[in-house]
Amino acid sequence: MSVSIRLSYTVSSDDFTRAGEASSDVKGKLKKLGFSPDVVRRVAIVMYEGEINMVIHASGGKIEVTITEEEIEMRLMDTGPGIADIDMAMQEGYSTAPDAIRTLGFGAGMGLPNMKKYSDEMEIDTKIGVGTTVRMKVVTK
Amino acid sequence: MIVRELIASGKFAVLNEDGDKEKTITVPFCCDLLSIAMSKAPAGAAWVTVMGNVNTIAVATLAEVSAVIIAEGMAVDAFALEKAKEQGIIVLATRSPIFETANWIYRRLYE
Ligand SMILES: Nc1ncnc2c1ncn2[C@@H]1O[C@H](COP(=O)(O)OP(=O)(O)O)[C@@H](O)[C@H]1O
Ligand SMILES: [Mg+2]
Repeated sequence: MSVSIRLSYTVSSDDFTRAGEASSDVKGKLKKLGFSPDVVRRVAIVMYEGEINMVIHASGGKIEVTITEEEIEMRLMDTGPGIADIDMAMQEGYSTAPDAIRTLGFGAGMGLPNMKKYSDEMEIDTKIGVGTTVRMKVVTK
Repeated sequence: MIVRELIASGKFAVLNEDGDKEKTITVPFCCDLLSIAMSKAPAGAAWVTVMGNVNTIAVATLAEVSAVIIAEGMAVDAFALEKAKEQGIIVLATRSPIFETANWIYRRLYE
């Protein structure tokens, strides 16, 4: 028995009211499929952070998720401003989020570090003025 | 302690009670930054925060906390409550500070 499920989501720009819906949906599906609580939790954490970044820092975008028994792969693609200095962005506490965003509880500068920490593989492909694609994998065993 | 007992204590204003009241409260958890709450809140925690917006509810859902408690008499916007009802996240409120609130729950759980 082998599963291979592909899911895709559209993340709307500047819509905080819906941010987290894609992550929530994937989480629910993984639970139903019987993945371990640790895998489900890690996917939820990294995907939520990525989803929020697309809303805060870019103008929304698309998320594609591929689920197999071995791994969950997430591709988060946006056409936002891109990341000028990835090493800097990866540092804990570094954030360019404006104050209005901080008062909502975001902008701690821990999103990318958490995505790195809780995924098993992470790759950022970014180009200034073109957009950013983040690919992450969570391995199930 | 289960959520129903927390509500029955009368210590909190109940802003949304549509949710699983039989859920066990594992521990109180305090944090206002969503990234930290998202990655660190233990499942079943009673999450004490001053952030009463819709993103708190989204994180509460993902982190599977047992209840959200808004401390310091901070406001919760109507849209957040609507979302809480939809997602089945129980939301309580108090004028007490975060530490006192969490400490009160902690004592109930462990003393
Ligand atoms: N998708 C993205 N598009 C453009 N910039 C991004 C994106 N994701 C992250 N960044 C940049 O990297 C910084 C650090 O991101 P992160 O660690 O998630 O912290 P935060 O979101 O709290 O600012 C952001 O402040 C932003 O400058
Ligand atoms: Mg972020």
